[in-house]
Amino acid sequence: MPKLSIDGTEVEVADGTTVLRACEQAGVEIPRFCFHERLSIAGNCRMCLVEQVGVPKPVASCAMPVTEGMQILTQSERVQAAREGVMEFLLVNHPLDCPICDQGGECDLQDQALYYGRVRSRFREAKRAVSDKDFGPLVKTVMTRCIHCTRCVRFMDEVAGVPELGTMGRGEDMEIVAALEGCLHSELAGNVVDLCPVGALTSKPYAFAARPWELSHTESVDVLDGAGSAIRIDARDGRVLRVLPRVNEDINEEWIGDRSRHAVDGLAVRRLDQPWLQQNGAFEPVTWDVALAAVATALQDAAPERTAALAGDLVGLEGMAALADLMRQRGVASVDCRLDGGAFGSGEPASWRFNATIAGIDRADAILLVGTNPRREAPVINARIRKRWRATGIPIARIGPATDLTYPVTELGAGPDALAELARGTHPFVAELGQARHPLIVVGSGALARADGAVILGLARQVAEAADAARDDWNGFSVLQRCAARAGGLELGVVPVEGGLDSRGMVSAASEGGLDFLYLLGADEIDPEAFRGTFTVYQGHHADRGARHADVLLPAAAYTEQEATYVNTEGRPQRARPAHPPPGDARPDWKIPVALAARMGIPLPYDSLAGLWRRIEAAHPHLAEIDQLPPPAPLTSFGDAGGELDGAPFAEVVPDYYRTCPISRASATMAACARAVADA
Amino acid sequence: MRDADRVFPNLDGTADAGLAAARRRGDWDGTRALVRRGREAIQGTIRDSGLRGRGGAGFSTGLKWSFMPKEPAPGRPHYLIVNADESEPGTCKDREILRHEPHKLIEGTLLAGVGISAHTAYIYVRGEFEAERRCLEAAIAECYAAGLLGPDACGSGHDFDIHVHRGAGAYICGEETGLIESLEGKKGFPRLKPPFPASAGLWGYPTTVNNVETIAAVPAILRRGAPWFGGIGRPQNTGTKLFCLSGHVERPCTVEAEMGIPLRELIEQYGGGVHGGWDNLLAVIPGGSSTKVLPASACDNLQMDFDGLREAGSALGTAGVIVMDRTTDIVAAIARLSHFYWHESCGQCTPCREGTGWVSRIMDRFVAGEAAPSDLDTLESVCAQIEGHTICALGDAAAWPVQGLLTHFRDELEQRVAGSSRILAA
Repeated sequence: MPKLSIDGTEVEVADGTTVLRACEQAGVEIPRFCFHERLSIAGNCRMCLVEQVGVPKPVASCAMPVTEGMQILTQSERVQAAREGVMEFLLVNHPLDCPICDQGGECDLQDQALYYGRVRSRFREAKRAVSDKDFGPLVKTVMTRCIHCTRCVRFMDEVAGVPELGTMGRGEDMEIVAALEGCLHSELAGNVVDLCPVGALTSKPYAFAARPWELSHTESVDVLDGAGSAIRIDARDGRVLRVLPRVNEDINEEWIGDRSRHAVDGLAVRRLDQPWLQQNGAFEPVTWDVALAAVATALQDAAPERTAALAGDLVGLEGMAALADLMRQRGVASVDCRLDGGAFGSGEPASWRFNATIAGIDRADAILLVGTNPRREAPVINARIRKRWRATGIPIARIGPATDLTYPVTELGAGPDALAELARGTHPFVAELGQARHPLIVVGSGALARADGAVILGLARQVAEAADAARDDWNGFSVLQRCAARAGGLELGVVPVEGGLDSRGMVSAASEGGLDFLYLLGADEIDPEAFRGTFTVYQGHHADRGARHADVLLPAAAYTEQEATYVNTEGRPQRARPAHPPPGDARPDWKIPVALAARMGIPLPYDSLAGLWRRIEAAHPHLAEIDQLPPPAPLTSFGDAGGELDGAPFAEVVPDYYRTCPISRASATMAACARAVADA
Repeated sequence: MRDADRVFPNLDGTADAGLAAARRRGDWDGTRALVRRGREAIQGTIRDSGLRGRGGAGFSTGLKWSFMPKEPAPGRPHYLIVNADESEPGTCKDREILRHEPHKLIEGTLLAGVGISAHTAYIYVRGEFEAERRCLEAAIAECYAAGLLGPDACGSGHDFDIHVHRGAGAYICGEETGLIESLEGKKGFPRLKPPFPASAGLWGYPTTVNNVETIAAVPAILRRGAPWFGGIGRPQNTGTKLFCLSGHVERPCTVEAEMGIPLRELIEQYGGGVHGGWDNLLAVIPGGSSTKVLPASACDNLQMDFDGLREAGSALGTAGVIVMDRTTDIVAAIARLSHFYWHESCGQCTPCREGTGWVSRIMDRFVAGEAAPSDLDTLESVCAQIEGHTICALGDAAAWPVQGLLTHFRDELEQRVAGSSRILAA
C-alpha cells in the first residue's frame, strides 16, 4: 500500500494503482480523452499530464504507477501549461462545427476546452480534412473531428473481440479505418459511439434528431435479450429517440448490444394503437368497449379445457400475472410462458436460472457452453466471457453449432451425443471441468427448446454435479434465457397445471381443431398458422406474427411505455419505467386482463398496479426485491424423468441477431444492419 | 589519437570485411575466454570503462545492462536487440560498421548477450540499408559456419543466435520501444514507459536495446580492459567515438576520434576544414539533426563529448556533425529539419502529431519571408508545448532544432517577418 502526496495531501492507495486513479480516489479530477477504465491504457492524448516533484518532464498520470513517497502536483503552473498546450494541439485540427455536430452538449472536448482552451486560435494554417469512413448502419463518421484517442480501436480489439478497426497513416495523416467498409461485424459496435470523446463517431440513426438537453432521461432496463442490461431511455415528444447503456457492474458493466440500443425506431412503426376486430375477413377499428365485449363473449362461450393462453418474449411480470389469474379463475389449465417449448423443471428455479450469476463469470475457470451462442443471445454476457478469457485464458468448450464467439472454443460436438458422453464421464473435457474451482456450465435454448429438452437438461445437470459445480459457495449450472420474459414467467409459474397443454400441445391441439379460444399475450415467436381456426385474441404492441390470424387485437404498451417488472436470466427482478405514455388507445399490459375480468364479472383481488405487486409479493416474495438476486436455489433432480435422446444437432436459436422480436422486426435500422451483414 | 587505440581500424573499408580479414584485425580472438568470464565480469568491465550509449542519449551501458533481471526466470527469456535503424539526418556511423566491420558488431552482440544472459539477439537494420544488410548477413553466415554463433557459440557452452530484421524505412522505429513494436510485427508506435524494456520488452520479456556502435565497441573494451577505454577522453566521457562530418567541409567523412576532441580540430584534421576557411563557418549542428544548432562563435573551443556539448547548450547525440558555412540559409536549413520531423512523426500522441506540422508550416513561412510578427512567439511556445510532453523523444527532437535557431539566430527569423526587410532597409 504505497503512500503518495497529491497536491500536498497524503493518500494511501492499493499496489499497482496508477497516479490518475490515485488522484480520483483523492477527489482530484484529471482531464483525459484516451483513458477509459475498461480499456487498455494508451497514454496518447497527453491530457492527463501531471507534475511529479523531482522529475524533469510531466508524467502521463493514466499510465504511471504509484510509487512510495511520490509527490504529485495537479494544479501547478506547469501542469496547467501542459494541459493548455495539449488542448490547443487537439483543437488546431478539430473543425469548429459544434453547431452541426451531434456530440454537441455531451462532448468531452467541448467541456474540457472550457477549462483549458484558449480564447482565440493562433493556428493560421489550413485545417486537416479527413475523408469519412463507412462503419455501417449504426456508426456515423465525421473523421475530420477525430482526435486519435484510439478508444474505438481498443474497444473493438479488446471488448468486442472483432478487431476490425485500426489506424492507418503516420503523423498528421493518421486515420482510424475499418478493415472492411460497410459494416462492423460485432453485436456491440454501437458502444464505440459512447466511447468516442468527440463527434467523430456518432449514432447514425440518431443523426440530427435532437440535442441532449431537449431529451427526457428515463432509467430503465433492456428487454430485448435475457441479460436485463441497464439502460437509459432518451425520449422527446412521446417518442424514444435513443437508448444508452447505464453502468451496472453486475450485468452489463457499461455496454449494451446493438439491438438493445438501436431497435427502438421500431417502437414508432407498425404499432397497435387502437383495438381491432376481425369482421367478415377484414380488421375493423373498434372501441375498447366493443373489443372487450367480443373477447368476453368468446371466452365465456369456450369450455375451459378448450381454452388456452400463451405469454410471449417481451412481457413483464404484471401482464403475465393478471392473465394467469384470469385464466385460473376461469378454470383454464392450458397456460404457458414457454413459447419456444423450452424444457425447465416445474417449480425448480435452479433449472431456469443463470445460477452462477453474470458477475460470477469473472470467477469461472472452465466453461462449457451447451446449445448456446451467447454472442447472439446476449452479447454483453459474451463480452464478459471474453473478458474472463482474456484475463486468464480459461478453457472454454462448446456443444453446438460452430460459430465465432470472439474467443477460442474447443468444439466437443454438434448435439446431445457429445453431452451424453460428458455425462458418462468418458470425455477428456470432464477432467478440465473437474479440476476447475469454479466450473461454469451454460445451457441455452438451442439445447432445451426441443422435444428431448428435459433429458438434455438432466444430462447437463449431471455434468455439473460430476464437476462439483453446485456447492454452497458456487453454483455453476447456468441457463441462459434468450428473452426477457421467460425467467419471469417461470418464477411466476405461468406453466400448464394438471391436465393442461404446454405451448407445443396447444399448437397441435389447435391444428386439430381442439381449441376454441386462445389468448396470445405478446406471443409472436410461434407459427400462427396453427391458430387459423381458433378464436384468437392478440394483446401486444406491434402488428406482427401473433396478430396475423387473430380475431381481436388489443393494443398494449411497449416496455418503454409502462412500468413493468422483468426477471433477467439470473432470476433478478428489475423494473422497466415508462419514458412516455403509450400511443393512442394502447394500455399497460396488466390493465387489459383486469378490464376483461371486470367485464366478465370475474373477481380479481386487485385493481391497481400496487395491488398487483402486493399479490405477486405474497406468492413470490423474492420478486418484490427489485434489483436483488434471488436466494440461491439448489440443483434438484430435474431432468431425471428420462426419455429418448434425439440425435439431431443443437439449433442456432438466434439465426439473425438483428431481428428477434416485433420491435426489432419493425426497425428500419435493424433491417439495415441485417442487410449490411449479409452483403459484407 | 594513437592508431593503436582505434576500435575500428577498417572503418574506411580499405580492407576486406570478411571473417578471415577480421581475424587478422584481432576480431574473434579468444572470444571463448571472454564469454567464459561470465555475465558479472562482462557487465563490470563495461561499467568500469564508462561506456555510454552511442545511439544519442548517452546512458551508461553497464548500468542499462544491470537493469536486466539477475537470472532469466523460467519461460522468460532475455533478448538483446541491436538498433541498426540509423536514420538520424547527418548520421552515418553505424552504416560503416555494418559494411566494413560487421564482425566487431557480431562478436560484440555475442558478448553483450552473455552480459545480459540472453541467448537470442535481433539486429534491426534500417530498411534502406540493403547493401549493409547483405554484408551483415554474409558475416553472420560465416560465423555460423565457423561455429562462432549457434549452439555452443565459440565452444564457450553459451548457445547464441542472431536474427537480422529489416525495417521499412520509418525513423520512429529507431526509438527503442517503437523498434520493439515493429519487431513484433506491429505499427512502430513507441510504448509508454514504465514498464521499461528491461522488465517488459520484446514479446513482454526482459530486453536490452543497444546501438550498433555501442555493441561493436564491447569486444575491444573486454580485450583491452576498462582502464584502457576509460583512459581515453575525460571522466564520464570516455573512449573513442565515431564522428560523422557532413555539410560544408572539404572532405565529408566518418572518422574515429577520442571523446572530447575539439570541434575545430575534428573539422580541420579529418574533414579538411570548412569551405572557405574557419572564419567562413556559420553554424554547426553537433550531434545529428535533433541537437540544437550552435553558432560559429560557440565553436572555437567546443569539446565534442557528452558534457562539453551539454554545457554549450546542445548535445552530442549521435555525433553527426553538420557543418554550415556562411552561404547557408540557416532558416531554410532548420525548416528542412522541421519538415523531416513532421514527416516522421508517428501520429500516436497529440503534441507531436499536431505540433510538428504546425512548426514546419510556420518555419516554411519564415523561409518564404511571409511570417507574421506573432509567428515568432507562436513558434517558441508551440515548441515548448511539444517538448517534454510526448510519449517518446521524437517530440523533443522536433523542438530542439527550432529552439536552437530561436536562441542563436533570432535576428535571422526577425528579418523574415513579412515586410521587415523594407522596414530595415529604410
